[in-house]
Amino acid sequence: MNINLTLVIQGLAFFATAWLVMKFGWPHIIGAIEERQKKIADGLNAAEEGKRALASASEKQDQVIREARGEATGIRDRAEKEYAAILDKAKADAIAEGSRQKAVAIAEIATEAHRAREELSHKVAELAVKGAERLIRKEIDAAAHKALLDDLISEIAR
Amino acid sequence: MDKLVTMISAEGGSAGMTEYIKHHLAHLTIKVGEGPFWAIHLDSVFFKFVMIAVFLFLFIKVARGFTSGVPGKLQCAIEMVVEMVDGLVKETFHGNSKLIAPLAMTIFGLVFLMNFMDMIPVDLLPATAHAAGINYLRVVPTADLNTTLGMALCVFLLIQYMGIKHKGLGGFFGEFFTAPFGPKGAPANLLLRVIEEAVRPVSLSLRLFGNMYAGELIFILIAVMTLGATLSSLSFYALAPVQLLAGFVWTVFHILVITLQAFIFMMLTIVYLSMAAEHH
Repeated sequence: MNINLTLVIQGLAFFATAWLVMKFGWPHIIGAIEERQKKIADGLNAAEEGKRALASASEKQDQVIREARGEATGIRDRAEKEYAAILDKAKADAIAEGSRQKAVAIAEIATEAHRAREELSHKVAELAVKGAERLIRKEIDAAAHKALLDDLISEIAR
Repeated sequence: MDKLVTMISAEGGSAGMTEYIKHHLAHLTIKVGEGPFWAIHLDSVFFKFVMIAVFLFLFIKVARGFTSGVPGKLQCAIEMVVEMVDGLVKETFHGNSKLIAPLAMTIFGLVFLMNFMDMIPVDLLPATAHAAGINYLRVVPTADLNTTLGMALCVFLLIQYMGIKHKGLGGFFGEFFTAPFGPKGAPANLLLRVIEEAVRPVSLSLRLFGNMYAGELIFILIAVMTLGATLSSLSFYALAPVQLLAGFVWTVFHILVITLQAFIFMMLTIVYLSMAAEHH
């Protein structure tokens, strides 16, 4: 093996290569790797953060649902109560109206009966008077005995 | 090397084989001056520069388009390697240095790419080059001691630089005489230190060179099996299946070797540099 000038050339070429890589190549590669490592770390942190946020959001959601459910129950209770109250009132109103109508009808019936009776007694009295007239045609002066006859009529009507 | 080739030729017993192997182990060389040192292995330099271009394309051009968002497949692949190297450096080197991780990455990537040239069929590129009029071509730059020693010497210089930077000039040179036996054993300390420092680049470069050279040589020996055989010769039918199997097995095994050698070169560099930065 002969050692010659090749040695110097190869040594210098190697040194220059190492220098170039140190100056222009290595920082880029390591920079990219380290930046990506940082990105990945950040991403993992963000994922962790997201998980926490999701947990708290679902807790909040549960709470909202619970509240809404409670509110809905309250509304339903109130509505039922109101419904019952309206029903009661309607029932009472109907009963009151019914009895009022009944009272009116009874009063009307009473009036009608009274009127009919009165009419009947008038008619009876007239018939009695007519009958009596026929019996005592000449003896009784209608005008003279008018008071007596009216008295009689009212007595019959009673 | 000549001895090795003679040995192989003695075993092969064929002048053609010797020629073939010798041919494969010769560099495309140009002389730039007098004496053996003033020559350049054009093939090693060329393929190293091609690999540097590939490496820089991946780690600078492509890296410039990297996003911190969802990465593409190429970005994922590069980032996997980068994170592996960065993790190793952070584990081993406890100081703060902008230099070590990119240096380790360059070593691993570049050595791996250069080693990977060994995966290309051993005759493909040399034969192509031969057709184009280039007579000698070795495609694996790390199977050239010049390449590996050049890198190891760079690492050696960086180790010294790291020592001076972290301990100061006084601390750095003081350590030559005081560690590991204390001030009384100064000569022994100096001797040990010089050996220690000198051995590092040598072992670093020879380990990689030796592995790649041996790997290449075995590929050549597998290729030699059917050298000069014709379709009518009996030995062709006997050796061709063996050659196919051996080539396959060695290629698969070599995937491990090239990765491992690139990793070892990188890891030792990291360890040496972190040792230099630490106080004894």
